[in-house]
Amino acid sequence: MFWLNQILQGILLGGYYALLAAGLSFLFGVMRVINLAHGSLAVLGAFIMMVVYQALGISPLGGLLLMLPIMALLGVALQFLIIEPSLKGGALVPLLATFGLALICDNVLFSIFGADTRSFAADIGTLSYDSWNIGSLYISKLACLVFAVALLVLGGTQLLLSRTQIGRRIRATAEDEDAARLSGVDTRLIRAATTALAMVMVGLAGAALGASGSFDPYAGGPQLLYAFEAVVIGGTGSLWGTLIGGIVLGVSQGVGGAINTHLSQIAGHVVFLIVLIARLYQGGEISAYLRRLRVRFA
Amino acid sequence: MSLLLEANGLVKRYGALAVVNGVDFRVAENEAVGIVGPNGAGKTSLLNLLSGAVPVSEGRIALRGAIITGQDAAWRCRHGIGRSHQVPKPFGGMTVFENLLVAATQGGGFIQHEAYDRAVDSLELCGMLSAANRSAETLGLLERKRLELARALATGPELLLLDEIGGGLTDGEALDLVEVILDLRRRGIAIVWIEHIVHILVKVVTRLVCMDAGRIIAEGDPQSVLKDPVVISAYLGSEEVV
Repeated sequence: MFWLNQILQGILLGGYYALLAAGLSFLFGVMRVINLAHGSLAVLGAFIMMVVYQALGISPLGGLLLMLPIMALLGVALQFLIIEPSLKGGALVPLLATFGLALICDNVLFSIFGADTRSFAADIGTLSYDSWNIGSLYISKLACLVFAVALLVLGGTQLLLSRTQIGRRIRATAEDEDAARLSGVDTRLIRAATTALAMVMVGLAGAALGASGSFDPYAGGPQLLYAFEAVVIGGTGSLWGTLIGGIVLGVSQGVGGAINTHLSQIAGHVVFLIVLIARLYQGGEISAYLRRLRVRFA
Repeated sequence: MSLLLEANGLVKRYGALAVVNGVDFRVAENEAVGIVGPNGAGKTSLLNLLSGAVPVSEGRIALRGAIITGQDAAWRCRHGIGRSHQVPKPFGGMTVFENLLVAATQGGGFIQHEAYDRAVDSLELCGMLSAANRSAETLGLLERKRLELARALATGPELLLLDEIGGGLTDGEALDLVEVILDLRRRGIAIVWIEHIVHILVKVVTRLVCMDAGRIIAEGDPQSVLKDPVVISAYLGSEEVV
């Protein structure tokens, strides 16, 4: 029963990782942009939500509903001011530009809010600790809610892409931007809408982070790492793969943590590395490298 | 016939190299113009400028008298300039029908059932209706070219720019495409067609333009252009074209 509980907690934690990784996966899948500011922007979303609901004296849910459109607008600004100009400089420049954005974001948040750790736990009532108990299994209601939101986000995005006109335009832009333009698609607008949607996902992940854990101005780095690991484990650009990747990462951490508390994070990283090496081997990169080595030393 | 598209003094430079160098080009309504020339003559570059795929360095382009030089490819597509590529560029992750829907709704501005009807009509005209539900990435070269044509057609163009649509096809396949293109002309669509397979091209076009080194070196009735010594020397380096 102990192990079953650990695996269950890992699966539920995987829901958070999948939600966290959804925006990263979506942006990479559509625009081939790896947003290194992803984690920092999730933390920014959490801070915006906190400021909004505390300043207006409304519920955290109200803060979330106001934060999401702000994140969407920030997404449009991010697209036009950073991603689009940097894409003209080649594949490496958006990486550096978003890395720079992450540094700026972290330090601006630090200068405004200081180093204190924050959490929404105190403001969401019993939801932060309520659980369903089945025997010795503890199922957190908040973790289930986050998992359900992750499913809704990933399923909704999948439906949007496959069933709607805007989804077809996004796919057309992703496949071949020149051909999309010559079919009448305003690809700048579509890319801006894509980044806005990705930022809404980032905002949801930030809210989940603040509700189920804690955050501080420098919490973005680890969040980026978890999101990146979930995306790589699940397969880059695949939305349902991202869910599986999140679950695999969560279960690895749960099982690792059960063996030894200090092994929790390391177990996740080890599984990530194993999958990464297996993917490289499968893709032929490693075997090609070994062949080159054999030729060199023959 | 009234003037549909007019380009004056078109220049496209990449650094010091002018790939299109002072080209004046006109297309009337329902006219079919062929463009020939040796490799590197600037034919595809000219088509890129007309479709808005790349911005001009100098010159101006007018559609029905309105200046469109600063408009991008998507705008021009929505205002009646369709285009096919030399190497077909289908949206491979979509079905053939979805490819057409993107073009019909975005390029053609058709909504709901109009878009579906437009997509079906374009597929039927290009002989692709039976492949409507196939994934575009499973298509062979001829089918890809037909899809490319159908997708351009679904945008409801007044002017269709075709870039070597016969390239890589057998004579029989290219002749099948000629029938489709002749049908488009009968529907009142003007055509600008770059093609190396000249005997196919002359079945459709009423005016031929020959380019070399970024300039137009001859223009007029297809047979007289093909017999022009300047064209023969620049384009073929031999005595006869057909």
